[in-house]
Amino acid sequence: MSCLQTIQDYGLRSIGIGERLLPRSDFTLCEQFTLIGSGLIWNLYFGVIALFFGFFLATGLAVAKNANRWWIRKPAEWFIFLFRGSPLFIQFFLFYEAFVLLPKIGIDINLGFVEITAETRWLTRAWLGAVIVLFLNTAAYTGEIFYGALRAVPKGDVEAANAYGMTGWNRFKRIIWPTMLRLAWPAYTNEAIFMFHATTLVFFSGFPAWQQKGDALYYASYFADKTFNPFIPYPILAGYFILLTFSVIGVFGLINRHLNRHLPQEKRRKIQFRPQVIR
Amino acid sequence: MFSFCSDPSSLDGAKWLACYLTTGKHMAFYGSFITVMVLLLVTAPAALLFGFAGAMAARSRFLPLRWFGKSYTAIVRGVPDIAFFLFFVIALDQAFEYLRHKIKCPDWDMPVRQGNDFVVCPQAKLPLSSSPQWVHETYGFLIAVLTFAIVFGAFAANVLYGAMRAVPKNQLETAEAYGMSRRQTFWRILVPQMWLYALPGLSNLWMILIKATPLLFLLGVEDIVYWARELGGSKTSAYSYPHPDWRLWYFLALLVFYLSLTRLSEIVLGRLTKRLSHGQATIGGERQRRAPA
Repeated sequence: MSCLQTIQDYGLRSIGIGERLLPRSDFTLCEQFTLIGSGLIWNLYFGVIALFFGFFLATGLAVAKNANRWWIRKPAEWFIFLFRGSPLFIQFFLFYEAFVLLPKIGIDINLGFVEITAETRWLTRAWLGAVIVLFLNTAAYTGEIFYGALRAVPKGDVEAANAYGMTGWNRFKRIIWPTMLRLAWPAYTNEAIFMFHATTLVFFSGFPAWQQKGDALYYASYFADKTFNPFIPYPILAGYFILLTFSVIGVFGLINRHLNRHLPQEKRRKIQFRPQVIR
Repeated sequence: MFSFCSDPSSLDGAKWLACYLTTGKHMAFYGSFITVMVLLLVTAPAALLFGFAGAMAARSRFLPLRWFGKSYTAIVRGVPDIAFFLFFVIALDQAFEYLRHKIKCPDWDMPVRQGNDFVVCPQAKLPLSSSPQWVHETYGFLIAVLTFAIVFGAFAANVLYGAMRAVPKNQLETAEAYGMSRRQTFWRILVPQMWLYALPGLSNLWMILIKATPLLFLLGVEDIVYWARELGGSKTSAYSYPHPDWRLWYFLALLVFYLSLTRLSEIVLGRLTKRLSHGQATIGGERQRRAPA
């Protein structure tokens, strides 16, 4: 079987398109590269969705934690403590068990032109349940980063905004928020990298891989188990993830440049890869 | 455990709970908490040692050694740690067996890798198939400790490397001016001073290490996650229990355990930082000098 044929058969295997059965014996290098790469689709999906929605919740959390009223501040503090203080692995297990115990019901949602039924059993599937956990987790970590940056916004900026008569939402949107993002961005880049690394935990922590549709690590460990030779699939996985890390740094670096575009060259803060590792 | 537990029909409410929580299986569950603590206490110094060696290699004057030190930290940081855990457990096991195989059976002529199998002579198996259960468990645990030490050693190496570079240059230049050799400068001037700079990174690493301990479960050690799944599930690998799925409650207990562990560490590390910055020429040290208002 040629390598092109293998890519056609298994290139999208992780989302259920192509050959049903995984290769069982005589694994070629091409098969390993293709399947592990195909699993990377899931890692990208988890990471991008969780980071996108987590960003907004994190902003809210940071503002709430900075609030003066205790009944706004305390919930945010507890949320951040809960998700930063416990292992992501345990959070996955806990949420999965909780989702399993939910009553199996469907809720009809009318979108105007079409009616869909949202079912609670979707929550036990990785595509929704795991994304929710990752979303809450990254929101907590990012919230803490944003909170630190919010406290570091220069006093003069806020005073200048006051002098111009800006208040409330307008002042936040135009002055405080952009500066907060600019200050937080290098740390947030590291958080994003580790978000992508954390997505590999999903299929090892309760959420079952339905019809063997798994992520990159799922397929890598599949090959390692079958061949009893870890020296091929895991380095392939490592290569893919190093590429992923570089592209995250690239994309976030572009945004960083955009955020810093008004500053003189030497004042701009470069992104340094300073990892915080596991949750 | 308690005397009233011997008569099941009399049990209800709190009494039942007391009996349920003291069964033999639950005692094994509590024992696994000790496993986790032992892992933490053994791994932390081991990882520090690996990290120290890595940092020393990264600043070595010998080029290949420097490459090794730098790539060790770079690769481990760029790849998901769980992939390393899964990789090293098999890789270390096979490496040990291969070494023993080379030593114990020099006249074995078959290849070690036969298709999808890894075959070594029976005497080289680790642990020997005839050894008792506890040897198997201890061996698994040791492999896990070594894996944790390798992975966290890379992170520690990164922190220590940064700390070594943070020590003021003129300290080292002064040492050289006094005629100290490179080795003397390193051990007498650099190493004693670097800990203050390394402490924030190392305390961060300790928190991360705590939060990585549930991964023991993936390495095949019977840790707290394993027991929480076994005891909470209504159907497990060996038994089917009469109770429904209680895993949620067991995982809640684990969550509380980890939250209190991280909170406690936070408090202790905060105190340690305060103690170490006492009398130092830093902002933290300066603040302590002033009389409390």
